[in-house]
Amino acid sequence: MSQSRKAVALISGGLDSMLAAKTIMDQGIHVEGINFFTGFCVEGHTHAIRKQDSDKVKRNNALWVAEQLGIKLHIIDIIDEYKQVLLNPKHGYGANLNPCLDCKIFMVNKAKQWMQQNDFDFIITGEVVGQRPMSQRKMTMPIVAAESGADDLLVRPLSAQNLPATLPEREGWITRAKLFGFSGRSRKPQMTLASQLGFTDYAQPAGGCCFLTDASYSKKLVDLWQARGKRDYELDDVMLLKVGRHIRPSKNFKLIIAREDGEAQFMSGYKKQFISMNCASHRGPLVLIDGAPDENDLQLAARITARYGQGRDAEQVDVTIRDHNGNERNTTVKPLHGDDIPETWFV
Amino acid sequence: MRHTTLNARRLLCPLPVIRTQDKIKTLDTGDVLTVECTDPGVMHDIPAWCRVNGHTVLETRTENGEYIVVVAVG
Ligand code: SF4
Repeated sequence: MSQSRKAVALISGGLDSMLAAKTIMDQGIHVEGINFFTGFCVEGHTHAIRKQDSDKVKRNNALWVAEQLGIKLHIIDIIDEYKQVLLNPKHGYGANLNPCLDCKIFMVNKAKQWMQQNDFDFIITGEVVGQRPMSQRKMTMPIVAAESGADDLLVRPLSAQNLPATLPEREGWITRAKLFGFSGRSRKPQMTLASQLGFTDYAQPAGGCCFLTDASYSKKLVDLWQARGKRDYELDDVMLLKVGRHIRPSKNFKLIIAREDGEAQFMSGYKKQFISMNCASHRGPLVLIDGAPDENDLQLAARITARYGQGRDAEQVDVTIRDHNGNERNTTVKPLHGDDIPETWFV
Repeated sequence: MRHTTLNARRLLCPLPVIRTQDKIKTLDTGDVLTVECTDPGVMHDIPAWCRVNGHTVLETRTENGEYIVVVAVG
């Protein structure tokens, strides 16, 4: 009976979605995973970019979870569609620019579309009632189910016993008694279940699943919108906000200063899209200039660039300024003293 | 059997994996896809994606600072 039923599980790479999928697999259901890439996902990028992180395992946690479970994983690019979720969240933002409730609704809705297109029967998430302050409260659970259109085809195996029975439970595709009644912020029940199921290695859920929960990242995104006079972004913006030190001396331009070799290497791929600078007479970082600076702005940017190179204490530093076409010229500047860079310029 | 090449340079994981996945959807079993990348993360992620989705990695190599993964569609 249940052998013929198929479920699609939202796999974030964290422990909860892994346990939820495994709970349903253990009831004889065929499960495949789905993972959404918004562009803001934490894993992968910073490790790939930053050399100092190169000793860390560069594994993609969602793929790793799929491998542990022995299920297929479909990774879906939702970068463009996600813009509407982030820019106009009906239910607002969390502590930072994280529109978690709208994000959940959007992802479950996408999973529902995938389910229909691929002839699957229901959807699984690792949501736990009361686990997260914004998106996983008891009152938000029915909102996600209703607004995503998944309704009673959405099963939360870890909290199912705290929620009304779903269609797969009522129809006997899965046994409600074998689902769980976890609730609240404690991670203990999940950890106990993980050890019962033999999972000893799993990604820690701390820090959320994306950069939008990060205060300093969110601040940089707001700064970008304010400077451009419109709330919009491209994938390159999203990526560049993840790297470098960002200094904005005025509304019309900001500097993105590489903090180490890995970042410089990554940023050098953007030399055709930005004016770039680096010290010519001393060692120093690659700097991208975002915006529309005039000549005075470029001189100021060159002084800041010199400040972050090894010539910071020199009387004069030669700085190379490169335009989008690769045309170079040198300018000689006095490095700006650290104290002369106002705190308010640091984004 | 077709042999196809996918340019996934300058993309960071998981985008090269997503592009590989989307390309493979258009290919048939036995076809060979060579993916050319600049993010070293692909050396781990594309083989992992292939393992869970039933494709075979024939070769991974670095070439002039780029990362090449050759996949046989399963
Ligand atoms: S942390 Fe990010 S990816 Fe996760 S639910 Fe919130 S907005 Fe969505």
